[in-house]
Amino acid sequence: MNRLSLRCFAMAMLLAFVGSAFAQGLSIDITDGSSTADPIAVVPFAFEGAGLPPETDVSESVRADLARSGKFFTLGRRDIIEFPTRESEVKFATWRMLKQNYLVVGRLADAGDGALRVEFELFDVARQSRMMGLAISGQRTAMRDVAHQIADLVYEKILGVRGAFWTRIAYVTSVGLGQNTQYALMVADSDGFNPQVVVRSREPLMSPAWSPDGRRLAYVSFERGNSSIYLQDLSTGSRELVSSQKGINGGPAFSPDGTQLAMNLSFGGSPDVYVMDLATRKTRKVTSHFAIDVEPVWTPDGQRLVFTSDRSGKPQLYEVPASGGDASRLTFQGQYNARATICCDGKKIAMAQGTGNVYRIAVLDRATTTYSEISPGNVDESPSFAPNGSMLLYAATEGPRGVLYAVSADGRVRQRLVLADGDVREPAWGPFRQR
Amino acid sequence: MNNTFRILCSVLLVAGVAACAKKAVKPSEPADTTPAVSQPADNAGRYQVGDLDTDACLRQRVVYFDLDRTEIKPEFNAQISCHAEYMRQFPNARVTLEGHADERGTREYNLGLGERRGMAVQSALSGAGASGGQLNVVSYGEERPVDRGHDESAWSKNRRVEIVYTTAN
Repeated sequence: MNRLSLRCFAMAMLLAFVGSAFAQGLSIDITDGSSTADPIAVVPFAFEGAGLPPETDVSESVRADLARSGKFFTLGRRDIIEFPTRESEVKFATWRMLKQNYLVVGRLADAGDGALRVEFELFDVARQSRMMGLAISGQRTAMRDVAHQIADLVYEKILGVRGAFWTRIAYVTSVGLGQNTQYALMVADSDGFNPQVVVRSREPLMSPAWSPDGRRLAYVSFERGNSSIYLQDLSTGSRELVSSQKGINGGPAFSPDGTQLAMNLSFGGSPDVYVMDLATRKTRKVTSHFAIDVEPVWTPDGQRLVFTSDRSGKPQLYEVPASGGDASRLTFQGQYNARATICCDGKKIAMAQGTGNVYRIAVLDRATTTYSEISPGNVDESPSFAPNGSMLLYAATEGPRGVLYAVSADGRVRQRLVLADGDVREPAWGPFRQR
Repeated sequence: MNNTFRILCSVLLVAGVAACAKKAVKPSEPADTTPAVSQPADNAGRYQVGDLDTDACLRQRVVYFDLDRTEIKPEFNAQISCHAEYMRQFPNARVTLEGHADERGTREYNLGLGERRGMAVQSALSGAGASGGQLNVVSYGEERPVDRGHDESAWSKNRRVEIVYTTAN
């Protein structure tokens, strides 16, 4: 175990090096602008500290976050003609002329012990009023985290919804073909920066799932020759095997309170949904059917599980009490509905919806039972809601490789996150982080 | 129907094997129930260890499937029969059946599909003379494609069960 975590650490170091060599692992393109977005100007923050400014351009990171969300149209740097750093320097007429609804200004100062203090202010241009003024301190190396937190606060102040920029995502990569394939389970910031290797393997890795506190990942590894479920602590790298029964051990999903792990196991003859109590490691069977029952996810109240089953012929989504009992079918539109992700207090379920050879991401509104298709590809799968429900990540196939997209929940704004090399898939958007 | 018949055949065969010596009598050889492919029947009861690398039938180790299907197509019956016969002759032989799916559909579901295909080959092999203890099914779902293309020609190569000998004899 020790040697393994050491190896993981060494790999992480190696990747950190490779990552910087390739600039950043993932890059962002906005592929479809939104006409209803709010114009906002994020003025470059002044550096008022000693020595050199930090490596991270904080205000540019804030701007990029807001632009990625699809909720804002950010003013380009070339169009910024004044550079106020505090309220006393703001001339609202200028920003009104530039047709901006909101304005963000800020500055960085030394906070002692090598830390920096980032002060920022948000203004409503039409009302000529300050909406918010706050300061966040952090080490120079943590300025991306600070920037994401500022973007979250701006987002929440304007839209009334908690921002999800300061979150992390997990995903699986593979490079090579056949026996030479290298698989890696990765974690990165929500904008794709800062990619870190969690596990690297010559055997397939699958199905990353976050613990609700964001400290652990559950995932499937074939390193023992068969699918097995592992739990890994992200800060220490220590990990434990939680299920390696005969047959399939797959589809791990933490309960909302983090005490239980749903999974699908096939030692009984065909995959069924089980729930493991993580304290006692005892499992209970939730579904019992000769069909393939896989990919359980919890409803936010922790009372029910939504899973994929082909008991009616083709895969469809079903719902079952987490304590067991009768399953009821949820999806009746589309030939193939699978891999659910739930948001918004359980009111919306996104899934991979297949018709013929085309698989796209669809969102089911449970109240109206209407679907909206939010991805345009041919092999789109593995949707994962951001913790605030505003966006989803999903995997798409473009040419020979898999790429990740982040898409606004209404499907209008998409951005691509591309790994420099190989195949990227199975994104899992992590929970909110604790400040 | 066909399966039931073959299982019945194999029960008789196993009973026969148990009663008689290691090398069973030819007439109940289940290859007889498959379309006329003479090779495995000719070799029945006469496999040598090295035949895994040289015998035309035994060298075929991949069973391909139709989209979303887990039934074994008739053209693979001969392959199933010769491997079953080999395993019957070499009771210490161990085989892992690696089930695979194409990229369409979700990864976890495809693990299930790959397992179903592996189990279909497992039951066909047991039905044709191999014993259950010799066989192990591992599903890789869509994780190990042989062709990373995104068309039917790639998909048809990826929907497969690979017969992997972990112990030859």
